[in-house]
Amino acid sequence: MTRRRVVITGVGAVTPLGVGADVLLRRWVAGESGIADGEGACRDFVASDHLSKKEIRRADRFAHLAMVASDEALASAGWSDELPYATERVACVLATGIGGLGSLEDQHDLLRDSGPKAVSPLSVPLFMVNAGAAALSMRHSLRGPAFSVGSACAAGSHAIGTAARMIQTGDADAVVTGGAEATLTPLARASFVAAGALSPSGISRPFDARRDGFVMGEGAGILVLEDAERAAERGATVLGEVRGYASTSDAFHLTATEPDGTYAASALVAALADAGLAPDEIDYINAHGTSTELNDSSETRAIKRVFGEHAQAVPISSTKSAIGHLLGAAGAVEAIATLLAMRDRVLPPTVGLEQPDPELDLDYVPLSARPFTPRGERPVALSNSFGFGGHNVVLCLEGVAA
Amino acid sequence: MAATATPEAVEARIVEALASFGPDIEQVTREATFEELDIDSLDLVELAQIVEDDYGVELKGDDMKNLKTVGDAIELVVARAS
Repeated sequence: MTRRRVVITGVGAVTPLGVGADVLLRRWVAGESGIADGEGACRDFVASDHLSKKEIRRADRFAHLAMVASDEALASAGWSDELPYATERVACVLATGIGGLGSLEDQHDLLRDSGPKAVSPLSVPLFMVNAGAAALSMRHSLRGPAFSVGSACAAGSHAIGTAARMIQTGDADAVVTGGAEATLTPLARASFVAAGALSPSGISRPFDARRDGFVMGEGAGILVLEDAERAAERGATVLGEVRGYASTSDAFHLTATEPDGTYAASALVAALADAGLAPDEIDYINAHGTSTELNDSSETRAIKRVFGEHAQAVPISSTKSAIGHLLGAAGAVEAIATLLAMRDRVLPPTVGLEQPDPELDLDYVPLSARPFTPRGERPVALSNSFGFGGHNVVLCLEGVAA
Repeated sequence: MAATATPEAVEARIVEALASFGPDIEQVTREATFEELDIDSLDLVELAQIVEDDYGVELKGDDMKNLKTVGDAIELVVARAS
């Protein structure tokens, strides 16, 4: 039995570069950065511009970001008026690294300062890790399977891969998927500093010799995935296809990635095999590229191991150079950026890469965007995501013909 | 220190609290039902917390269950506080 093909028909994003998916790509391609004061906050996002008072107070910021990005994604899929499928056939798989951490911190403060009676009845629905998935399910009447995916910084890509599999296996005809994160909070900052992962300089410069850690960001990226045949029947505009997906685990260390990139390489190999493609058919790699010493070197090793001599010929760039690390939302936002880059035939740059690390000698598209010339009729890209806990995920995304 | 639970003060406080949960303040009249205002059981628990903080009136789930309108809530709190 041939498996069902999975297409992407809508995207939406809220990121440190603005509210909307197109503004993300446009500003990234222009070499702009959404990072200020060492963090990638969604400064242009004002919840009350998009959500009612009730919606705002009944959801954590990470769910606010997810709701607004989902409105854009569903509108761009042509789903604004009504779902083109039976509601039970539309699933929702939403990633988050941590969930409603800001709400949890607030409620803990109330508990400590005023006692248990002061804790809000909304606490659990605010901070539960599935709050975003539940919010989207209710907002858009998605009555198929709805749940959240947690694998730290790999979660956004895990969500998309899981969503694609649900369509392939017939568990759903369409899935609203992606990721959301809003953890610019005192506890998250202190925790990542303590783990030695955050950049003391507050600068995200993946693959640069001076890189010293990641810069935390927040945001959401939502994609509408559909069974290709059903999407074609309803005349949907297709942005791309999920060609392949694979996931492995390092089983090595709580936070550190396996230095040789052995199992990241396994995920790359398996994603290519899932897509039925060879390395020399890949036009672009959207790197995990966190700007930590270890990630950028181990990721480079993994790419070299799999791509061999073709590694030098594949342009690679990191969205995190422009928006920081969106943790559980990163893979989703980066998949969206990759799809739009393929659509616009542009290779977005690794912003701030001024002093190449002599050990890292691939083409990281430093500083300036370049034209994207696909080898075949349709562009094909990989998007890497790796997470604390040793999770490795690779998506293979295909764009559309010009 | 609990505030003085005059009927006027209780009404003003309850209307303000309910409006902060979502509805426009003009909608929050004594006759308005919680259903119309889209005020659910979670909101009513929050309302009970506010009332207890401000007036020292402890409302239990059973008390809240029978409330249908804003006026019901105001009368209950005024009666309990006196």
